[in-house]
Amino acid sequence: MTIGKLFATALTVLSLSAPAMAAQQVVINGSTTVLPVVQKAGESFMASHPDMELSISGGGSGNGIKALIEKQCDIAMSSRDIKDKEVEAAKKNGVTPNRVTIAIDAIVPVVNPANPVAALTTAQLRDIYNGKVTNWKEVGGHDGKIVVISRDTSSGTFECWQELIMKEERVNPAALMQASNGAVVQAVSKNKNAIGYVGLGYLDKSTKGLKVNDVTANPQTALSKQWPIARELFVFTNGTPAGAAKAFVEYLLDPGKGQKDVLEVGYVPLGK
Amino acid sequence: MRSRDIKEKTVRVTLTAMAGSSLLALAGIVIFLFMEGLPLFSEYSFFNFLFGNLWYPTEEPGLFGIFPLLVASLAVTVLSSMLAVPMGVLTAVYLTEIAHPTVRRIIKPFVELLAALPSVVLGFLGMVVLAPFLQDYLDAASGLNLLNASLVLALMSVPTICSVSEDALFGVPRDLREASLALGATRWQTTVRVVIPAALSGIGTAVMLGMSRAIGETMVVLMVAGGAGIIPTSLLDPIRPMPASIAAEMAEAAFRSEHYHALFAIGIVLFFLTLAFNLAAGYIAEKHRQVGTSSL
Repeated sequence: MTIGKLFATALTVLSLSAPAMAAQQVVINGSTTVLPVVQKAGESFMASHPDMELSISGGGSGNGIKALIEKQCDIAMSSRDIKDKEVEAAKKNGVTPNRVTIAIDAIVPVVNPANPVAALTTAQLRDIYNGKVTNWKEVGGHDGKIVVISRDTSSGTFECWQELIMKEERVNPAALMQASNGAVVQAVSKNKNAIGYVGLGYLDKSTKGLKVNDVTANPQTALSKQWPIARELFVFTNGTPAGAAKAFVEYLLDPGKGQKDVLEVGYVPLGK
Repeated sequence: MRSRDIKEKTVRVTLTAMAGSSLLALAGIVIFLFMEGLPLFSEYSFFNFLFGNLWYPTEEPGLFGIFPLLVASLAVTVLSSMLAVPMGVLTAVYLTEIAHPTVRRIIKPFVELLAALPSVVLGFLGMVVLAPFLQDYLDAASGLNLLNASLVLALMSVPTICSVSEDALFGVPRDLREASLALGATRWQTTVRVVIPAALSGIGTAVMLGMSRAIGETMVVLMVAGGAGIIPTSLLDPIRPMPASIAAEMAEAAFRSEHYHALFAIGIVLFFLTLAFNLAAGYIAEKHRQVGTSSL
C-alpha cells in the first residue's frame, strides 16, 4: 500500500468515527453488585438515546468512589454509603458527592433443601458464622457439623452481612469463602449441612431460603425494612446530576424503564 | 552481495528483538509486582505477614497473616505431586519401554489431550462430580477440600510430567540398555537401575515443572479447595491456597489500599516459590546430566 492510499484510508476511518466522538460520553464506574443493573439499563438507554454513549465498568464500590473523587468518572456505583474519609478527600478535590438510591438489595441465608431447619434468628446466624454454634442440632436440625459458607472479604454482599448480622464480629476463619453468589449457590445445593447467604435474585429451587426473625424474604419485606438484611444500592455524582448523567439517573429511577431492569436483574425496585 | 548481508542482518535483529521483548515483558512484570507489593511492608511487618494466622484484610487496621494460605499451597502441591509423579513417570516408562509403537502412537496424544483441557472445566468437574462423591463415600463435611484439589491438580500435572519424562527416557541411548541386557539384567532391572537413573535430569525437570504448575494453578483451587483460611489437619479439610485468595479478592479490593498491596505481596511470595522450584529443577538437571551421544 502506498503512503497516499494509507493516508486516505486513515482519513476515511477517522471521519466515520467522528459521530461517535461527537456523542456525549458518560463514564460510570464502581460496584460489581450494582453493575448488572446499570449495564442492563444502559443498553436500553443507549438504544433510545443514540447521541449519548455510556462507558460502564465494575471495579468495586471503593474504586468507583475513588474515581469520582479524582474526577475520572461521572457516575460512581456503590453498594455501600460513602465513608467520611472519602467525603473529606472529595471536598479537598472540589467534588461534592451526591447520593441517589436506585434499588434495594436483600441478602437471604440459604440452606440445602434437605435440611429441616427453615427459620433462624439473627443471633443464631451470628453464632453460626463466628463459630460458637457448630452443630445443626443446636438450632433445631439433625445432628451434623454445620458447614459455613461465606463470601470473600472484598465483596459488597459480605460487607452487608458483616454489618447487619455479624455486628463487627469476625467470621470464623474456618468458613469456606466462595468467590461469587453463584459459587455459594453451587456449594450449598451440593452439601446437606451447608449454610450460606446470597442476594435475593439468586434464590432458586436448588437452595432453600431461611426465614429470619420470622420474616420471609421477598421484595415487599425488603422495601418495608421488615427484612433485617437489606441494603440500598446507590449511584453517586459530583453535585446534583446534570446533562447526560442526569438523563441516565432519571432513566434508572423511572418505574417503567430502569426500575423494571432492577427487577429483572434480581434486586428490589424502589417502591412508590 | 549487499542485499544478502542486509537480509541476514535483518533476520538476526528481528530474532534478537523477539527474544528481548519476552525478557522485557518478564522484567516488566517482576518490577510491577514488586512496585505494588512492597508498599505493604512499610506499615506491616514482614514476619507478621508471613507467619500471622489471621487474614482479615478489610478490618481497620487490617490483619494480613498468610501462614494458613502458605501452608495450604504447599500442602496441595506436595499431595498432588505425590499422586502425579508416580503416575506420570510410570506412564512414561510404559510408553517408552513396554508399549508397542502403534499403541504408543495412539496413547501419547490422548495423554497430551488431558493437558489441553481448560483448568476451569476441570475445576467445574471437581466441584460438581468429585465433591458430592467425597461427601457421600468418604464422609467429608464438605466435598470442597484438600483431597479434591489435590486430585484435580494431579490430573492436570500428569500430562506435563509424562510428556517431559517420556522425552527424557526416550533420549537414553540404546547402547546403555543393550549393555545392561547383555550383562544379564531383566528388562525391569534395566529400566529401574539403568534407564531411569540415566534420564534422571529430565525426570527431575518434569517433576519440577509439574510441581510449579500445581502451585500456581488458580482456577482449580478457587473452585474446589474450599476457601477456609485454616491450617489443614486432615485430608478432608477445606483450605485456601494463595492463588485462590488473590483471584477472589483482587476485583473488589480498593485500588492502592493496604489490601491491594497485600494481595500483590502474596503474588511476590508465589513468585519466589516458583523461582525456587525452577532453580531446583535447573540444579537437578545439571547435577545428573549425562554427556554422551544424547543429553537432555
